[in-house]
Amino acid sequence: RVGHDLAPEQQATNRNSVLKIINCEIRFLTGYICRSFTRSSALLTRTHINYGVRGDVAVIRINSPNSKVNTLSQELHSEFMEVMNEVWSSSQIRSAVLISTKPGCFIAGADLNMLNSCTTSQEVTQISQEAQKMFEKLEKSTKPVVAAINGSCLGGGLELAISCQYRIATKDKKTVLGSPEVLLGILPGAGATQRLPKMVGIPAAFDMMLTGRGIRADRAKKMGLVDQLVEPLGPGVKPPEERTIEYLEEVAITFAKGLADKKITPKRDKGLVEKLTSYALSIPFVRQQIYKKVEEKVRKQTKGLYPAPLKIIDVSLYPILQHLSCFFPLSRTFGELAMTKESKALMGLYRGQTQCKKNKFGAPQKEVKQLAVLGAGLMGAGIAQVSVDKGLQTILKDTTLPALGRGQQQVFKGLNDKVKKKTLTSFERDAMFSNLIGQLDYRGFEKADMVIEAVFEDLNLKHRVLKEAEAVIPDHCVFASNTSALPIGEIATVSKRPEKVIGMHYFSPVDKMQLLEIITTEKTSKDTTASAVDVGLRQGKVIIVVKDGPGFYTTRCLTPMMSEVIRILQEGVGPKKLDSLTTSFGFPVGAATLVDEVGVDVAKHVAENLGKEFGERFAGGSLEMLQQMISKGFLGRKSGKGFYIYQEGVKNKNLNSDMDSILASLKMPSQPDVSSDEDIQYRLVTRFVNEAILCLQEGVLATPTEGDIGAVFGLGFPPCLGGPFHFVDLYGAQKIVDRLRKYEAAYGKQFTPCQLLVDHANNPNKKFYQ
Amino acid sequence: MISLLTYTLKNLPNTSKWALRFCMRPLSSSSQLQAAAASQTKSKKTLAKPNIRNIVVVDGVRTPFLLSGTSYKDLMPHDLARAALSGLLHRTSVPKDVVDYIIFGTVIQEVKTSNVAREAALGAGFSDKTPAHTVTMACISSNQAMTTAVGLIASGQCDVVVAGGVELMSDIPIRHSRKMRKMMLDLNKAKTLAQRLSIISKFRLNFLSPELPAVSEFSTSETMGHSADRLAAAFAISREEQDEYALRSHSLAKKAQDEGLLSDVVPFKVPGRDTVTQDNGIRPSSLDQMAKLKPAFIKPYGTVTAANSSFLTDGASAVLIMAEEKALAMGYKPKAYLRDFMYVSQDPKDQLLLGPTYATPKVLEKAGLTMNDIDVFEFHEAFSGQILANLKAMDSDWFAQNYMGRKAKVGLPPLEKFNNWGGSLSLGHPFGATGCRLVMAAANRLRKEGGQYGLVAACAAGGQGHAMIVEAYPK
Repeated sequence: RVGHDLAPEQQATNRNSVLKIINCEIRFLTGYICRSFTRSSALLTRTHINYGVRGDVAVIRINSPNSKVNTLSQELHSEFMEVMNEVWSSSQIRSAVLISTKPGCFIAGADLNMLNSCTTSQEVTQISQEAQKMFEKLEKSTKPVVAAINGSCLGGGLELAISCQYRIATKDKKTVLGSPEVLLGILPGAGATQRLPKMVGIPAAFDMMLTGRGIRADRAKKMGLVDQLVEPLGPGVKPPEERTIEYLEEVAITFAKGLADKKITPKRDKGLVEKLTSYALSIPFVRQQIYKKVEEKVRKQTKGLYPAPLKIIDVSLYPILQHLSCFFPLSRTFGELAMTKESKALMGLYRGQTQCKKNKFGAPQKEVKQLAVLGAGLMGAGIAQVSVDKGLQTILKDTTLPALGRGQQQVFKGLNDKVKKKTLTSFERDAMFSNLIGQLDYRGFEKADMVIEAVFEDLNLKHRVLKEAEAVIPDHCVFASNTSALPIGEIATVSKRPEKVIGMHYFSPVDKMQLLEIITTEKTSKDTTASAVDVGLRQGKVIIVVKDGPGFYTTRCLTPMMSEVIRILQEGVGPKKLDSLTTSFGFPVGAATLVDEVGVDVAKHVAENLGKEFGERFAGGSLEMLQQMISKGFLGRKSGKGFYIYQEGVKNKNLNSDMDSILASLKMPSQPDVSSDEDIQYRLVTRFVNEAILCLQEGVLATPTEGDIGAVFGLGFPPCLGGPFHFVDLYGAQKIVDRLRKYEAAYGKQFTPCQLLVDHANNPNKKFYQ
Repeated sequence: MISLLTYTLKNLPNTSKWALRFCMRPLSSSSQLQAAAASQTKSKKTLAKPNIRNIVVVDGVRTPFLLSGTSYKDLMPHDLARAALSGLLHRTSVPKDVVDYIIFGTVIQEVKTSNVAREAALGAGFSDKTPAHTVTMACISSNQAMTTAVGLIASGQCDVVVAGGVELMSDIPIRHSRKMRKMMLDLNKAKTLAQRLSIISKFRLNFLSPELPAVSEFSTSETMGHSADRLAAAFAISREEQDEYALRSHSLAKKAQDEGLLSDVVPFKVPGRDTVTQDNGIRPSSLDQMAKLKPAFIKPYGTVTAANSSFLTDGASAVLIMAEEKALAMGYKPKAYLRDFMYVSQDPKDQLLLGPTYATPKVLEKAGLTMNDIDVFEFHEAFSGQILANLKAMDSDWFAQNYMGRKAKVGLPPLEKFNNWGGSLSLGHPFGATGCRLVMAAANRLRKEGGQYGLVAACAAGGQGHAMIVEAYPK
């Protein structure tokens, strides 16, 4: 630490020429002290980096203690600088290898806690500048540095790697290179905006930085992002992971030597197309046009709700970092972005997602090895697909051969699409598909550890399959029900063992949607919950666990908003206009389109059921509209017609003109003081948010985090707002209560803010996230 | 005199077969006792088992193994197989009609002669009443041919079986693409001109791109050389070690060739060319020369090169396997017993070539032998790196405990008993024919060097492996 504190002081002394002579002695003294301290700290307190010399190659091994990943923390930063200074000053060393000894992780990015603990943009700017200086020094190193990458190399980790002279990566599935900063609402603050375009070309660099997409090693090699690949090794005389890292180090050392001896040049031969593109892009006019095009596209996609992507384009236009004066504008933008609400919201989501990827109920007593899915429909087959591709033995049961065949085909197609995208080999697909057994009877259910039923949403049917299954399954077997609205407690009434009954609410399409909502009744045992969460995590899901009740959490939040959607339509706002209002607020799918996607009949069924339960609070639009749509066969996408007309292969959907008469017949007068565009948006969102907070108040939700994750990952709540709870925290509970009160005056009880929200409004110090 | 005795016994009614076996064993074991006394004490005197017929290799031959694209390049696989069969007939003078069955192993099948065993047998003048079939199990195809023969004899179905293997890598079946094949088949079915034209109109130029036989593992899409390089790296085997081992193989092969020890080789008069009399892939080089080669698979830093890998080879082999009593009855002096054998398989990705490591302890335990009992080791050398990786794996407690479910390591075969007359690296490796070469090398070495037990082991594509105990026939 002391060494680190002294370093800036020393620099200040250097710069100050007037004091140079006077300080001569002191400088010598501090330099001396400084050095002796670094030495001792290297021996005693260097915790993140271990450093040794092989011949004339310095091998710098990173392994942060007590953590699954390495992150660029301030400590790691200063230790790294310390070591590099030793490398540069040693006459024995001619080159260096930078490697992580942590399995599956090179450097996963900047330390988010470090960024979060900053309270001002200046602090963040400072961090970014420090990193830039370090990487700049690294880039200009006359002694070649080889980054040996095994595992995730993200954000700051990638920026570090591309500042090195050479990169070697293992061709492991875990090796991913990327700039995911944009997903956290910030930008690559340590040089990727400048170095990536130079290295992989402007289009690929923008693709990486604007989507946050992770690049796998083999693709990275093709792009020129890494120079060499190393194949992961199998078992030898030590564990494969350990030996692979050792081998990577050995290979990296030979390349480091080769670079130092000038036997290898880090330059890569570019193909003709690449040469032409880079030539075209060197023309300022072409460059400007491309930047403009990219910016237009980004603006269109983000609807101006996310500042980070536009800033990334902005700062990429800065000249390559050459002297200190260039650091500042980039770092300042970085600092400013880190302080935006959007960034706070996105970072909150990231933390929430991490939390919801853990099983807080502990390991189940018996791991589920044999799964059975009842019903081979869209949901059942989807559940089977995400299970078999993780190696879970799965029985898929339906009642008729055509229905079963359709489900099996869905699973096969899902896997085969991955083969087409080259993320799976056809052999892996076959091996996965062999985990699936399709059948029409209950054979083999006596060995099942968990049954997930995904039959049609009908209580009697659910009761029947539960009884049928319980007649054959063993005592320990969990029975899970996939339903979006039927209370699990009611399904469990016919069960002989209600402690083994649980709800697992998947979202469609199952293989794409990350969320799984697990519903526990009062009788559900803790081990049953642990088992369901365990299976969900193995299926790759982000999981929220909520208490049973009508609509659980997700469906319950969505329903009042849907009710408002119908009212707004009745008030004369067209579906297209409504869609554009909701998407411009940040919802990924417009509200009218959402009804079509969910299915008009499903929406009506849910609205009716929950309407009965919750009464006036869920009122608003007239269900008559849905009824009339159903009677005309406008069930949404699945029937080809809803608010829009859906045709195979037609991308731009047209309005269903037959809806005009329905809309006209149910038309209500609008209230002008609550019908501005903004008011319409807030009428929808505040009903959603109010219901979410009520769920927390009533204990349906255990934590605000789960509420946010459920809303964003299951229902498409605008990620830039971070979920309903983040939204209240960041925008102020008082403002939201004010809005609600205004709409309450116009429409009544549906907008009455719940007590918890009012509490938060009354006490500005009260936050859902501290 | 012994053969005379047994011959008469053999001709007795069936009931006396028992008596025959009874008297056979003391005869063979007495001589073995002497052998045992001469060398070191064996943990077992012989591997004969009660109620199971003793099975012997009367003799075996092979064509010279040649680099692909040399003197055999205009032949077809059955030509080579025929040469081996004729050579065996000539060497053993076995009457053709005595042979009950013929089995050949091959890997890359010539589509015109997919049952190459039958085509070769007919061409070699065997009786058309002798059935023949072809087996495939990658590099252990002829091992499979031999053990199938063992099974047929042990179960009493046959008394005399010829087993062999053939590979002709000079010519491989290159197919039309699937699209082209489909079009050609559709065209065949088309009845009218209009139909034909409509099919032809769908032709695209890319239909003409050919399809080669797979060089990589189907399950992992990795070529064997690539896997061998990774295996060598996993066991931290250096390029120098690999080159040194390859040089050893070539030097020993050269010495064996010069000293005339490779007595299983029979000359082959290739139609239209000179008579081939010896293997042409044996080329001892210097370590310096070998060090100059670039890696062949993992470029640019891998360790497996052309010099430390086995090369593409053309060749065929055949052995005459009989029930012991039949051989003796016919007046033969067999070379060796074929004893316990074992097939194993494991992960085709990371342990593709570790078959010998897994098969060795299993076959030894099955036979009740230890590593010390083995006088002659004949391991298939696919790559230097593969052999050295197997040796390291066998010498590792960690590997044994974590991957083989054993308490302790298998143990290291002593190198002075290991592939002393060269191996696949130097002699060549015609995939389907190597197994018989290994068995004959073991049998001939046992006779020459005076040991009792030989161990044959090989790895094969698909992550499979084989090991067999060869016991010297008492002199």
